[in-house]
Amino acid sequence: MARVVVDVMLKPEILDPQGQAVQRALPRLGFEGIADVRQGKRFELDVEGPVDDAALARIHEMAETFLANTVIEDFVVKVEEA
Amino acid sequence: MTSRIGVVTFPGTLDDQDALRAARLAGAEPVSLWHRDKDLKQVDAVVLAGGFSYGDYLRAGAISRFSPVMETVVEQARAGMPVLGICNGFQILTEAHLLPGAMLRNDHLHFVCRDQRLRVENADTAWTADYEQGQEISVPLKNMDGRYVADERTLDELEAEGRVAFRYLDVNPNGSLRDIAGITNAAGNVVGLMPHPEHAVEPLVGTGRTDGLGFFTSILKKLVNA
Repeated sequence: MARVVVDVMLKPEILDPQGQAVQRALPRLGFEGIADVRQGKRFELDVEGPVDDAALARIHEMAETFLANTVIEDFVVKVEEA
Repeated sequence: MTSRIGVVTFPGTLDDQDALRAARLAGAEPVSLWHRDKDLKQVDAVVLAGGFSYGDYLRAGAISRFSPVMETVVEQARAGMPVLGICNGFQILTEAHLLPGAMLRNDHLHFVCRDQRLRVENADTAWTADYEQGQEISVPLKNMDGRYVADERTLDELEAEGRVAFRYLDVNPNGSLRDIAGITNAAGNVVGLMPHPEHAVEPLVGTGRTDGLGFFTSILKKLVNA
């Protein structure tokens, strides 16, 4: 079954306090050199049938209307190689 | 005959009973609405109450927005029916694009629960007519995802059109841009806010004041005079 991945990230101008909290914890844990952390969401969709243009268009629509809130988030749709 | 105010219950809604009670105390006939029913039972106005509908999964309000009841609420709201979204209800209204902007995790990452002072910035909406412009009220606030955000252009537009309905006083409890606690749509029939007026309608409980009752008396007067 083909897999399509939708990555959703807060837009760059939106403050991400969760990412900041992660970033601040890193030196304490011995992980140095990380200047910034942004936290996002990854959706893995196992698609029934072929991942053709029509299927991708539907997934794009799904991401735009539901998986992401485009007021605050950007998304990327990727087909994962089998 | 008095007016019928509907309150929607989603799975995970917490404050529907308080909202129904507030509607009754104001003199309206409270009507329970169910998320799976498209039928609004001929109510004159709808309250989307607070809580954690659908567990806030995905984003607060994101799944509720697609429930059957919301199809009718969105359609009726666009046709002018008064709708008030409180807390989670405000989040649902932004997700449904009935109100601009979005709600995000509090900037300090903690749940906040406090008596919150607000200034009523717009006393001309369907839900605020019983207040004075600039009146300061105190009602409970309790939320995790209460940080109101919108792009600068939207914020400027809201300010210019007087659509910032409520602003936080003393402290900004969640990092909301421009201290915005609540907004209205251009027509003034759809209002959303993070604090909870339905918890401040009786002297015995909540803040010990009845500062929130005005939301419900405002809408009742508007409906009766309509």
